[in-house]
Amino acid sequence: MLKFVKGYMETIDGVATYPIISLLIFFIFFAVLFWWVFTASKEHIKEVSALPLQDDEDTGNRVE
Amino acid sequence: MEVQQFYYDNKIVKKFIYATMFWGIVGMSVGLLLALMFLFPNLTDGISWLSFGRLRPLHTNAVIFAFVGNAIFAGVYYSTQRLLKARMFSDGLSNFNFWGWQAIIVAAAITLPLGYSSSKEYAELEWPIDLAIAAVWVAFGWNLIGTMLRRRQRHLYVALWFYLGTFVTVAVLHIFNSLSIPVSAFKSYSVYAGVQDALVQWWYGHNAVAFFLTTPFLGLMYYYVPKAANRPVYSYRLSIIHFWSLIFIYIWAGPHHLLYSSLPDWAQNLGVAFSIMLLAPSWGGMINGLLTLRGAWDKVRTDPVLKFMVVAITGYGMATFEGPMLSLKNVNAIAHFSDWIIAHVHVGALAWNGFLTFGMIYWLVPKMFKTKLYSVPMANFHFWIGTLGIVLYALPMYVAGFTQALMWQEFNPDGTLVYGNFLETVTQIIPMYWMRAIGGSMYIIGALVMVYNLVVTIKGGSKVEDELAEAPALIKVSKRRTAGETFHGWLERKPIQLTILATIAILIGGIIQIVPTILVKSNIPTITSVKPYTPLELEGRDLYIREGCVGCHSQMVRPFRSEVERYGEYSKAGEFVYDRPFLWGSKRTGPDLLRVGGKYSDNWHLNHMYDPQSTSSGSIMPAYQWLVRNKLDRSDIQKKIEVMVGLGVPYTEEDLANVHADMDKQAAQIEKNLYSDPDFAKSYEADKKYAEENGIDFIEMKDREIVAMIAYLQRLGTDIKIKETKGEISHK
Repeated sequence: MLKFVKGYMETIDGVATYPIISLLIFFIFFAVLFWWVFTASKEHIKEVSALPLQDDEDTGNRVE
Repeated sequence: MEVQQFYYDNKIVKKFIYATMFWGIVGMSVGLLLALMFLFPNLTDGISWLSFGRLRPLHTNAVIFAFVGNAIFAGVYYSTQRLLKARMFSDGLSNFNFWGWQAIIVAAAITLPLGYSSSKEYAELEWPIDLAIAAVWVAFGWNLIGTMLRRRQRHLYVALWFYLGTFVTVAVLHIFNSLSIPVSAFKSYSVYAGVQDALVQWWYGHNAVAFFLTTPFLGLMYYYVPKAANRPVYSYRLSIIHFWSLIFIYIWAGPHHLLYSSLPDWAQNLGVAFSIMLLAPSWGGMINGLLTLRGAWDKVRTDPVLKFMVVAITGYGMATFEGPMLSLKNVNAIAHFSDWIIAHVHVGALAWNGFLTFGMIYWLVPKMFKTKLYSVPMANFHFWIGTLGIVLYALPMYVAGFTQALMWQEFNPDGTLVYGNFLETVTQIIPMYWMRAIGGSMYIIGALVMVYNLVVTIKGGSKVEDELAEAPALIKVSKRRTAGETFHGWLERKPIQLTILATIAILIGGIIQIVPTILVKSNIPTITSVKPYTPLELEGRDLYIREGCVGCHSQMVRPFRSEVERYGEYSKAGEFVYDRPFLWGSKRTGPDLLRVGGKYSDNWHLNHMYDPQSTSSGSIMPAYQWLVRNKLDRSDIQKKIEVMVGLGVPYTEEDLANVHADMDKQAAQIEKNLYSDPDFAKSYEADKKYAEENGIDFIEMKDREIVAMIAYLQRLGTDIKIKETKGEISHK
């Protein structure tokens, strides 16, 4: 069990691609995130951000 | 549309609130006791289960998992039901979550003082309790996701994302960091060794801060601040960026706890880079929280709930500005191992977690008990004494940290250390420890006032009942309605997909750091002279772990001139390959011990453990007299060595066959060494004679715990320093 912890590989083949992959993941992650956020519609954002204030209406207790 | 009626489960929220208040007081009081031990080191003299090393993990665990943990559950259970317009998925799971969590806390409160500890920070609990934590945590997640699947509100508000992110990440962290092979019911060895153990531990440790103390609280902030201010969050778009970038980046930052250690440089630098980046999402979130109060600042003047929340968010901003700064290698060189870190974590715990919890409870209790807060002036008093307490806690610790770190590094013109004796740097900052204890006391007084205020409020209120609510059932979304919907809109109504994406986001960072460190051999160069511990040394090491020595003593000499001069050769990655767990430590209340082997005589260690002030006048180390008296329990040693062999430690067949003989031999030699001190010989012989005359069982010195401890301490760091210090040892 868990033999991999004691037996090391001498090297990972082509370890140099590691940083490149990391950079790509990183760049794509944020590119998608910002695209996603800025394309969201205004009404939708407004509706969702009001969600926490809604529940008092459901139970009839309004916050004064 | 059919309108459905259902009840919100308020009783479970009530239970968690009570638990939060109770454990909060307990956890803080243990902290205060520890603070007093800096001033009166032998305050709990002779009581092993009240010694500093064993209580420190109790304090951290009680505050993090008992106080903050119960606050998270209280806040999550209240807000989740309302944001989803549904009762929690299962009352059974809710109650299992509550009682299971309390049972775990009680188990921790018993086992930690008894010395059952893995010594990995914030993960000290031994394996049976780890399994229980996993079970309760899964019940929590199951309940949470189950509720989402039965919701009556299509869109998942951002607070819920934070809860989901918390659930999956804590599960992943807890499982991978706790992997260990049991020796007995309360002892296990980590599957990772040395540098790898350190990396996994701080990947966990840092993200315990991130995903237990931060993300769930950000979820709470995004719900309760808008509630208390009665206005929506400042920017919902910003909250989306906040969530994804925070969980994505946080997971990489762990190695900043290991700067200048033996961790490979590439991993250290990766940790630094991502820690600096964390500033952006953290401050984005802080600004979002504070600006939610735009146009409501007049309320902050009068409403204690908002006051607490404003200081909490400010504390979050301060701690998350400081964090990236502390991750810069040049700043870290000063701050690491010093009280600066203690200041940093307490700004986070006292202001961010503590004050947000207080604000939330002050808001929740009157609402749930359908009454008004008993005394607003009392709450205001709590606010002010708490705030002052935080200031009085943190400022002296900053001063202490700076002062001591600079003293550690100060050289005379001739190249010797100005403060060659570590103790001088400790006595210098004792006044700061006094102020800290006073600041902490003020904070606790505030918390006690809160408990009183709320108890009276609760007594005057009506009974907490499940609250009736109504909402239309969720109908299936037709294809036509979703046409033209963005990816964003789609994901926000898909809890499972959202959970999966969040899991992927948090796995990337961990995989990129940990996999190469474990798999690529060149990251941990082996040193041929480094050999496994002898059985007696291993037992000594386990005593070192039991007593929590790692809470005050590091075993990591950083490659600085000042440290090499003070402690000896700097640490190499290859020295720790048999260390399960690693014991690098994170705080130097006392000196580093990596190279302590051979520095002092065996007698010195015995006298020092028995009465630290006798060998080091003015020392604030507590006495460990029970080590000198107690018989060493050898019953598990054969199993321990076998487990080590199973983990790849190269003990030979011969070693395995002669475990007890080897131990006897090494112990007898240490006993012989001790006899070289005439004072020892005289008093020991006298004790022996007395026992014989009175028919009392006498434990030979060689069978006592102290001998194992001495064996371990004398071994420390000697594998690669034997040559250079030979001359020095022989003339001692």
